Amino acid sequence: MIADGVEDEEKWLAAGIAGLQQNAFYMHRALDSNNLRDALKYSAQMLSELRTSRLSPHKYYELYMRAFDELRKLEMFFKEETRRGCSIVDLYELVQHAGNILPRLYLLCTVGSVYIKSKEAPAKDVLKDLVEMCRGIQHPVRGLFLRSYLAQVSRDKLPDIGSEYEGDADTVVDAVEFVLQNFTEMNKLWVRMQHQGPAREKEKREKERSELRDLVGKNLHVLSQIEGIDLDMYKETVLPRVLEQVVNCKDEIAQYYLMDCIIQVFPDEYHLQTLDVLLGAFPQLQPTVDIKTVLSRLMERLSNYAASSADVLPEFLQVEAFSKLNNAIGKVIEAQPDMPILGVITLYSSLLTFTLHVHPDRLDYADQVLGACVKKLSGKEKLEDKKATKQIVALLSAPLDKYNDIVTALKLSNYPRVMEYLDSETNKVMATVIIQSIMKNKTRISTADRVEALFELIKGLIKDLDDAFHDEVDEDDFKEEQNSVARLIQLLHSDDPEEMFKIICTVRKHILGGGPKRLPFTVPPLVFSSLKLVRQLQGQEENPFGEEESTTPKKIFQVLNQLFLQCAEAANDCDLEPVAYEFFTQAYILYEEDISDSRAQVTAIHLIIGTLQRMHVFGVENRDTLTHKATGYSAKLLKKPDQCRAVYACSHLFWVDDQDNVKDGERVLLCLKRALRIANAAQQMSNAARGSAGSVTLFVEILNKYLYFFEKGNPQITVAAIQSLIELITTEMHSDSSTPDPAADAFFASTLRYMEFQKQKGGAIGEKYEPIKV
Amino acid sequence: MNYLVGAFKPPCNIFISFTDGRSRKQVPLKKENGKTVMVALFQSQENIVGEVVIEPIHGKKVEHNGVKIELLGQIELYFDRGNFYDFTSLVRELDVPGELYERKTYPFEFSTVEMPYESYNGVNVRLRYILKVTISRNYVSNIVEYQDFVVRNYTPPPSINNSIKMEVGIEDCLHIEFEYSKSKYHLKDVVIGKIYFLLVRIKLKNMELEIRRQESTGSGPNTYVETETLAKFELMDGAPVRGESIPIRLFLSPYELTPTYRNINNKFSVKYYLNLVLVDEEDRRYFKQQEITMYRNLEAS
Repeated sequence: MIADGVEDEEKWLAAGIAGLQQNAFYMHRALDSNNLRDALKYSAQMLSELRTSRLSPHKYYELYMRAFDELRKLEMFFKEETRRGCSIVDLYELVQHAGNILPRLYLLCTVGSVYIKSKEAPAKDVLKDLVEMCRGIQHPVRGLFLRSYLAQVSRDKLPDIGSEYEGDADTVVDAVEFVLQNFTEMNKLWVRMQHQGPAREKEKREKERSELRDLVGKNLHVLSQIEGIDLDMYKETVLPRVLEQVVNCKDEIAQYYLMDCIIQVFPDEYHLQTLDVLLGAFPQLQPTVDIKTVLSRLMERLSNYAASSADVLPEFLQVEAFSKLNNAIGKVIEAQPDMPILGVITLYSSLLTFTLHVHPDRLDYADQVLGACVKKLSGKEKLEDKKATKQIVALLSAPLDKYNDIVTALKLSNYPRVMEYLDSETNKVMATVIIQSIMKNKTRISTADRVEALFELIKGLIKDLDDAFHDEVDEDDFKEEQNSVARLIQLLHSDDPEEMFKIICTVRKHILGGGPKRLPFTVPPLVFSSLKLVRQLQGQEENPFGEEESTTPKKIFQVLNQLFLQCAEAANDCDLEPVAYEFFTQAYILYEEDISDSRAQVTAIHLIIGTLQRMHVFGVENRDTLTHKATGYSAKLLKKPDQCRAVYACSHLFWVDDQDNVKDGERVLLCLKRALRIANAAQQMSNAARGSAGSVTLFVEILNKYLYFFEKGNPQITVAAIQSLIELITTEMHSDSSTPDPAADAFFASTLRYMEFQKQKGGAIGEKYEPIKV
Repeated sequence: MNYLVGAFKPPCNIFISFTDGRSRKQVPLKKENGKTVMVALFQSQENIVGEVVIEPIHGKKVEHNGVKIELLGQIELYFDRGNFYDFTSLVRELDVPGELYERKTYPFEFSTVEMPYESYNGVNVRLRYILKVTISRNYVSNIVEYQDFVVRNYTPPPSINNSIKMEVGIEDCLHIEFEYSKSKYHLKDVVIGKIYFLLVRIKLKNMELEIRRQESTGSGPNTYVETETLAKFELMDGAPVRGESIPIRLFLSPYELTPTYRNINNKFSVKYYLNLVLVDEEDRRYFKQQEITMYRNLEAS
């Protein structure tokens, strides 16, 4: 069926062309013999071929072009005819005798063109008459082509400023009026096409319409080329009239095309000065119109305009381009509640690009855009739409590209909030983009705050955001990502050691959560950075900073120590015993050699103990070595209470709940007893030193440990031992020399209450507690 | 043979000519035999002056009972063939009875002749003016010669010339309002107007304006009405939508129109109508006919 249709159309076209050529032949003969009457007759017959309704616009165009060529010859003839003395006015009447309207109007336009050239009548009158008479063609395709012919023959005869057709009576106003009217009528015809014919051919019709759109758009092009249209006229007449037509036609295809056309054909300067009006039209368009593309193009053009010369920038400020665009986008989004999120993001992305170009100094604008975007995204889940996420990446990349400086982007408070809406995959991509930008531009990020913000941004690379998917990650990609993180860490630098230290701390805080797979990549650069800082500090022998606050190598080493432990733990998770052991060794060495501050030692030893407790890869031998060492360190701490606490913490090293091979009750008890001894010693020391006994807190703490292991079922912890410890504490508390310590009292009381509670609870635990007398 | 031919041939030639024949305007006139000849044009109240030349065939004498010239205004109804109604009849005696031997010229003059009706050549009726020269003879038939001429009467532009404006339609289907700038047109006039589409619920294909001539002859039960479409002028191509207005500009000059004739000598009338026709896609025609008055204007003709 359809193939037949196409074939038929070919046939009709061929027949049309044949008819046209035949009449053109007779017309030529008449022209050669200066026979006006025959010339008119045959030209009218020739043009009658254009009356066909059978051809699609595409084929019709072919026929039209042939007729167009013939009409040029006829026009030449008319011109000669007037030179020979035939009155142009008569000629103008004569062609109107034709009975069929379409040939009549083609001939009228042709003679009209000669009429204007003859200057026997004001151009505006002829033009007005022509454009008015053309109303007779209400058939969309034929009307569009006729009016396009009119536009074509008249475009060099408009009474534009500086044109030879400009006169007292003819001004550019008339030229504009003419083109506007032709445009309006053409658009009406074009829109009407949509509603004619059966509904099932809608698609075909839309295709045909899009083939015809340039005929309509040509009018706008002609308008844009009228020299006499200055800004005022554009503002007062041209734009409002064109927009009125666009808005009122209520047609999706037309609105989209024409808005785009307006934006493309008129100068940027005009757009800028009429932003209000232009943007005001957008919310009035049909909800299905692809406004985002059009608006994006507008902003793109304006951006390019702004980029073209610095001189135009004040104009942008003067008209408050940004706020107008921002408002307009808001309104459009409001007016089109169905707009997909992709559209919204595209709009904001364009606006962002615009503001970056036009107001590079106004970070608040950029932030505002991102904020608006966040607002729009909020309430939605993470984006599923691939295109939308892509668009967000573009949105987020824009400031990076523009400023070449992540530092600026970091000032945008809404930046990370937008990133949150990306899925983890894209988040990583974005993070990579950010890092690449930094590396490309060798940006120096020299304060801890910014580092903090930066790592917040790239956290997609640093930790598993949602652990569901990470096994799908390609190994190579992962390595690539982590390498770039590593390089980023290397780049962080501050000349101020204090600040540098803070940076290192911040980085450490972030990367430590990265899990075993990332740490091998991220820790080494941090270690190197730290070491560099140490060296730097050693270089400046005299510490210029205050005692307390200053960054000392010690502190750094403390950090490093923690890093080693983290690594060890990571290795543990990976079941790499030798590696873990190596790390531990490193940590110990560091502890021994470089951590000399007593307080740092306390912290470090607790860390070591805690980490070691969680290790499960070590074989008995290795574990023993390390445990032994740790216990040793604990006992060598400077202050007795610290010693005491470290030692009782060590007890945990021998008793790990979920590891049956590490349940050495005896050694636990040993540890606790040792702790008790130390506590005693501490008590005596303080007695000796100040005449009053120290707090019983240590005892209570130890009691708690006892209870813990008791509950865990350590056979070495007996009721008797607990009982005696309670008595010891009670005695200590009531001794004359003791200093009352409400905190310790309360601690003890609550411990007792706990035991009481456990008793009453009954069950296995209750039975265990039963023998203990409080 | 020659003798026979000579016997039936009139013995003389008669030529009728007008004094101002060279300068007077000539107009085409269609004769009964279908040929078009150029004849002199007069109007009412003009003096018709000329001469009649009688030229006997060489060597023959023409005996006669007198020569006269008549100016006749006749109405000829075709269905009543053969019957002429003379509404005007003027006679001038040119010669008393006698004999003609040689060429003789008689001047004649009809002064300020009342010729109220225009020459007209219609479907069923003809109105014509003739000069008839008769050489009366005894025993043999009279020798008669005719000369047609055309009369056209000019009227001044009407003082009242209202526009024709009308809203017509089919309920809930099609409503239009049309306007012709005038109701009276001279023959070379232009019909200017507009058609507004107030409601369009049918799919129109095109619209045209027709000029129709209605010729009614006879009277009473014997009235014959003949309508001709003289012009079909396409005004619009395609289907308009509500609110469209379509311009009309129809030049009347290409068409052979006459003034409107009302009840000419109680024999016939000729009326003109503008007929607006809208055609829909199923080729149904919707039309509205409006009479217009045609008149002959001196300046324009």
